[in-house]
Amino acid sequence: MRRVAVAGVGKTPFGAFADKDIRTLAVEAGQKAFHNAKTGPEAMQAFYLGNFAGPQFTGQNHLAPFISTALGMQGIPSTRCEAACASSGAAFFQAWMSIASGVYDVVMVVGVEKMTSQQTARVTEILGGAGDGPGEIRVGATFPSLFAMIARRHMYDFGTLPEHLASVAVKNHENGFLNPDAQLRKIITLEQAVKGRPVADPLNLYDCSLVSDGAAAVILCAEDRVKEFTDKPVKVLGVAQASDYVGLEQKRDITTFDAVRAAAQQAYKMAGLGPRQIEFAELHDCFTIAEIIAMEDLGFVERGRGGFFSFEGNTRRVGSMPINASGGLKSKGHPVGATGVAQVVDVVQQLRGEAGERQLERHSIGLTQNLGGTGATCVVSILGAN
Amino acid sequence: MRTGTVYTETVIHSAPEKFVSEVPYQVAIVSLDEGGRVTARIDGERVAIGDKLVETEGRDGMHVFRKA
Repeated sequence: MRRVAVAGVGKTPFGAFADKDIRTLAVEAGQKAFHNAKTGPEAMQAFYLGNFAGPQFTGQNHLAPFISTALGMQGIPSTRCEAACASSGAAFFQAWMSIASGVYDVVMVVGVEKMTSQQTARVTEILGGAGDGPGEIRVGATFPSLFAMIARRHMYDFGTLPEHLASVAVKNHENGFLNPDAQLRKIITLEQAVKGRPVADPLNLYDCSLVSDGAAAVILCAEDRVKEFTDKPVKVLGVAQASDYVGLEQKRDITTFDAVRAAAQQAYKMAGLGPRQIEFAELHDCFTIAEIIAMEDLGFVERGRGGFFSFEGNTRRVGSMPINASGGLKSKGHPVGATGVAQVVDVVQQLRGEAGERQLERHSIGLTQNLGGTGATCVVSILGAN
Repeated sequence: MRTGTVYTETVIHSAPEKFVSEVPYQVAIVSLDEGGRVTARIDGERVAIGDKLVETEGRDGMHVFRKA
């Protein structure tokens, strides 16, 4: 297996952009990655697109060549990966495999979602497509409600409190406030976060990530060629993807995600590292409870203690394990198909020391965790500087 | 009719298009006494984790339970 490195990254701001369609967003991110890697479309040998629901949100299908050709790539294989909110994590994994296997040397992966052209109730319905239709969606369950049921059980089993959930939102807003590309740059208080408008009990508006437009891009290459593109190479030390049941009712236990544990175990093994060596992470905080459980499943904290760990301040930028220094999905925004690649971009910026006011003190090994649905897909990557 | 226990539950305030007129409504995952779990709509009184449930007549393809 060949080693793989990051040649360049690019990202659009996340937000609601009425004047930018799905292709415009993806092209903007891709061109930024070309510029960052000091290269162009002619050097790309394959293109992977992560996108969850472009056809439902925008009416456009056959999105991979629709976008790759607009970026100037002609004739190369262009493939879309769909794995709910882990779509671009899955695309990243495919791109990595295509180089690790020796088939290609230089590959582009883009994640994109255009969500804000639909009304909230319709967005809720489209996102529901990532759940188990006949099982849970038919009775009126929504994504917030599925994570609400997870939170309720986590509270019951481990004593997690609403204030613990709120501390995740407060911290992520604190970080996103410093991110010029974040969608909701607003400091919030714990009191505000606990008393938000109810969405699905016990989750309120402050527990939920945003509806966003945005795109992110990464150019991967064989490690022995990375010097052609950048003098700040970042290595993919480990990466893995795993899956589980789509329906929550079929899972063994809903307060832990087996796919996260499996992907983490494989990625740690490939990197020859354990959770204690990870210095910072971008985790999939689609809902506050998801960040808490992710920390537990990744081994950053003992099972059931994630809420307490967050409430005590350990995951802040100055804490022992900074989580979502970018602002996370909560403040940065969550264009679902873009999120997995955006997490990689955020970690690469930290590793290169280019994260501006959000720059962390320790930044040589970072991790991303991208979750699809209620844990039916998970992609974990471990990236290292030098 | 089947019986079971509330494994987890939520009251939904923000619904997809199809169910907007019904909010707030309660959904639960029910651990069935016969084994396995099912996601169901809860009719009548609100329920909490551990409450005993009994199935009632379903509608629109939904499993529906109420407090036993």
